Amino acid sequence: MKVPMTEYLEIDLDRELWMCRVCNHEVGPARQSYKEGLLVHARDPREIHKPILNPEWYEFTFAPDPKWVQILEYYCPGCGTLVEAEYLPPGHPPVVDMEFDIDALKRQWAGRKPLTEAELAGPDMAGLSHQHSHSRKQKAHKHGS
Amino acid sequence: MGKSENLDEHNREQELISQFLADNVLFLGPDPEIMEHHDIAPRTETEDRAMAKESDPAVLTLVRDRLQAGCNETFEMLEQMGAAEGAKWGDLITGIFTPSGDLAIASTGGVLLFASLVHHPIKFINKYWANEPTVGIKEGDGFIHNDARYGNIHNTDQSLIVPIYHEGKMVAWAGATVHEGENGAIEPGGMPSAAEQVYDEGLKMSPFKVVENYELKKDLVTYLQNSVRSPKLQYEDMKVKLFVCRRLEQRVKAAIAEFGVETVVSSLRRGLEDSKTEVKRRLTEWPEGTVRTVIMADGTLRENCLIKIQVSMEKKGDELILDFRGSSPEFANRCNNTVLSSLKGMLCQLFLMFVWPDLPRNQAVFAPIRVICDKKSALHSSYLTPNAESMMTFFPAFTAAQLCVAKFLYGCPSKYTKVIAPWHNMIRTFIWGGLTQHNEMVGNLCADLNGMGGGARADRDGEHSVAPIFASMADTGEQELNEEDVPFLQIVSKKLMRDNQAFGKYRGGQGYEMIASNLKSSMWGFMVCCIGSKVSCTPGLFGGYSSPTYPLCKVKGVDTFEIMKSDPKKWEFSIVDIMNKKPFEGAKYTAHHMGLQFELCNRGELYMIMQGSGGGYGDVLDRDPDLVIKDLEEDLISHETARRIYHVVYNPETLVMDVEATKKARDAERAARKKRGVPFKQFVKQWNKPEPPADVPYYGSWGTDSTKIYAGPFAGIPRKVMSSDAIESIFMPNPRDVRIAELEAKLRECEGRVAKAGK
Repeated sequence: MKVPMTEYLEIDLDRELWMCRVCNHEVGPARQSYKEGLLVHARDPREIHKPILNPEWYEFTFAPDPKWVQILEYYCPGCGTLVEAEYLPPGHPPVVDMEFDIDALKRQWAGRKPLTEAELAGPDMAGLSHQHSHSRKQKAHKHGS
Repeated sequence: MGKSENLDEHNREQELISQFLADNVLFLGPDPEIMEHHDIAPRTETEDRAMAKESDPAVLTLVRDRLQAGCNETFEMLEQMGAAEGAKWGDLITGIFTPSGDLAIASTGGVLLFASLVHHPIKFINKYWANEPTVGIKEGDGFIHNDARYGNIHNTDQSLIVPIYHEGKMVAWAGATVHEGENGAIEPGGMPSAAEQVYDEGLKMSPFKVVENYELKKDLVTYLQNSVRSPKLQYEDMKVKLFVCRRLEQRVKAAIAEFGVETVVSSLRRGLEDSKTEVKRRLTEWPEGTVRTVIMADGTLRENCLIKIQVSMEKKGDELILDFRGSSPEFANRCNNTVLSSLKGMLCQLFLMFVWPDLPRNQAVFAPIRVICDKKSALHSSYLTPNAESMMTFFPAFTAAQLCVAKFLYGCPSKYTKVIAPWHNMIRTFIWGGLTQHNEMVGNLCADLNGMGGGARADRDGEHSVAPIFASMADTGEQELNEEDVPFLQIVSKKLMRDNQAFGKYRGGQGYEMIASNLKSSMWGFMVCCIGSKVSCTPGLFGGYSSPTYPLCKVKGVDTFEIMKSDPKKWEFSIVDIMNKKPFEGAKYTAHHMGLQFELCNRGELYMIMQGSGGGYGDVLDRDPDLVIKDLEEDLISHETARRIYHVVYNPETLVMDVEATKKARDAERAARKKRGVPFKQFVKQWNKPEPPADVPYYGSWGTDSTKIYAGPFAGIPRKVMSSDAIESIFMPNPRDVRIAELEAKLRECEGRVAKAGK
């Protein structure tokens, strides 16, 4: 039985492994931090959140200060999916963010069925159905076809 | 004399001392037994008897629904009749409490954490005033309260609390709370970020009686009116809240007349007990384990510094423990400290709004959840620390918990809401004050704080500027209506800014920009109170990015209204264009962190801010390219973002997408990630440092050791390292003194250079 734990990670309960849900890469032992099985890159936050105001004129530009914060990007070694983006001050050890009790998880899932994507995402509000929105061009295309 | 005689004498002396102390209490401060407790009160004998007499769930639900309708009705009354800016746009709540003080039913709309924290003052009144000969509680009484140290979150929010009686016996309490705004603090508007001590924060009302025989006591009302900048508002809203409580009283009495007093008592109590049981049941479905998050608040509102907020959320059986130990120490002379009970109220709001919104809106929902904090930390601050801007630490704490909850919930079969990335968590709005066009002195704030961007969800984008994290069904207000009362304009309002987006497979809901100026007053000013100008305060989820950071921008030394008349083409209607093009000659353009203490704004000078984006969800390379094109069509993102962040290839003229080229571009980026990524163990060898960077002012623990607390360095004050069980309050220097010291250093340097050149 594989139990999805995040958008990109699941735990294979039989083999006690963190797995990538995109490419089935074996990330690492489920009783350890999944981060230990991923690739990491410390990123200057301005590469993602670019300065919108002129940085030559202003100290505050809508971009974070790289001396105060960096983005640790965790990639799946198999498919390169960005599994987690962690914002930390430079040098702060990565946080062990998920530690689940694997034995308890096995007991919990003994009688459960696998979840559908809709069940994983959670229910819609009463009376609202999901309408995936598209660009005008795609709508026009669909309308015309 | 034997040993036992000594002991007897010692005991007698101890008894005498205890009696003396009990008879001579200097004053009744906040009671830790009340303030540190958030479980529902033990069932009383009356409740026991009532529940034995009436236990039919259908009848009890009918009564609860009837009373819920009463709460919703009074919410509407309060919103329609209240004079406070907050009342007009839903920053209020009404509720019914048990005689012991537990919140049993709250109105469906409004700021739930207000009501979930009014049980503290009611319990104080019950404990200390019921048998106090000079006070007492009787039918027709009403009590006022606003001091967060006795309950609630900060003293801009005022509650009126009225006991409800049936045949001479108390059967419930009615409560109404409104964000009143003005409270006589050192700055106008009720949330003084300049406050350096609790005495700077304005009115601090421990619960006291202001109503007798259903009438406001004129002497006390007069005193309160004299204590604030808006005497009309103070009076009107006290009156409105009293009438609202009386309507709640009517509804409770009507329910008693129809169903009997036991049924009403049983219904209120049963709702609490069942909610607690149901929460425990739901928790058993979550995976067992521990989830952790670190959020960095990047300032106190007076200065930038890194204030660590961390939570370790452990779920075991039917118990959930939120351990915030290792978070920042408290600040002795800054107002960003949180009273522990305020933190709990905000966390209660998280579960009732974002996790289990289907549950009855009562305080029992939070009863099974434990919260642990270090004493004298920023989340469990002590009596003398100011707390008017407690949101600057408890909103990040809310976000830390929201992120943890999503990680517990994703694989859980039973969900009651979408899995969601953190909601934007800052009150990006103008607080204002001064003399109006009607020659009245006022102080309050704009409703734009309610326009926070929603977090991206597991299957769709977040909503733009949808609601605050602390209230459902709140409004962002009508600026045109405000302009009838106050002399400033929002020249640009509710306009989404390009690239103000937390990127992801699903993007966060975006926030809008606001450009305000004084038009009609000889004395008018603004304040802003938000963190997140150097480090984002709202992270993403599962690979989604955070919101951007947000500055305060100003244009001073020019009357742009005159330019609007003489040369309207010069006017640019966006913050970015004004700041980057500098269209007004002779003006001074500056960008700052968003902690602006009250500052006068001359006619036509511009103050410009932006509402924030909710967090992004999932990998940007997983975003449907068609949604990227849609964001381009709606001008939500720039071409640079579409290409550089989302790696979508298209014709920039026609926006026709090249599907193959997009796939190639994304594959290339995935390959580039694998190339630049380093295996974790190798990475941490280089990355991990034993302590915070020496040149960054840092407050809180570092890494996994939550027992060692760092503080500083800041402005020449060296870094201090403390044990978490012996935290000392942090005293920050006055920013003006810091600036003077910087300028003096520069001056000395210049003088040195001049002297050297002279030689």
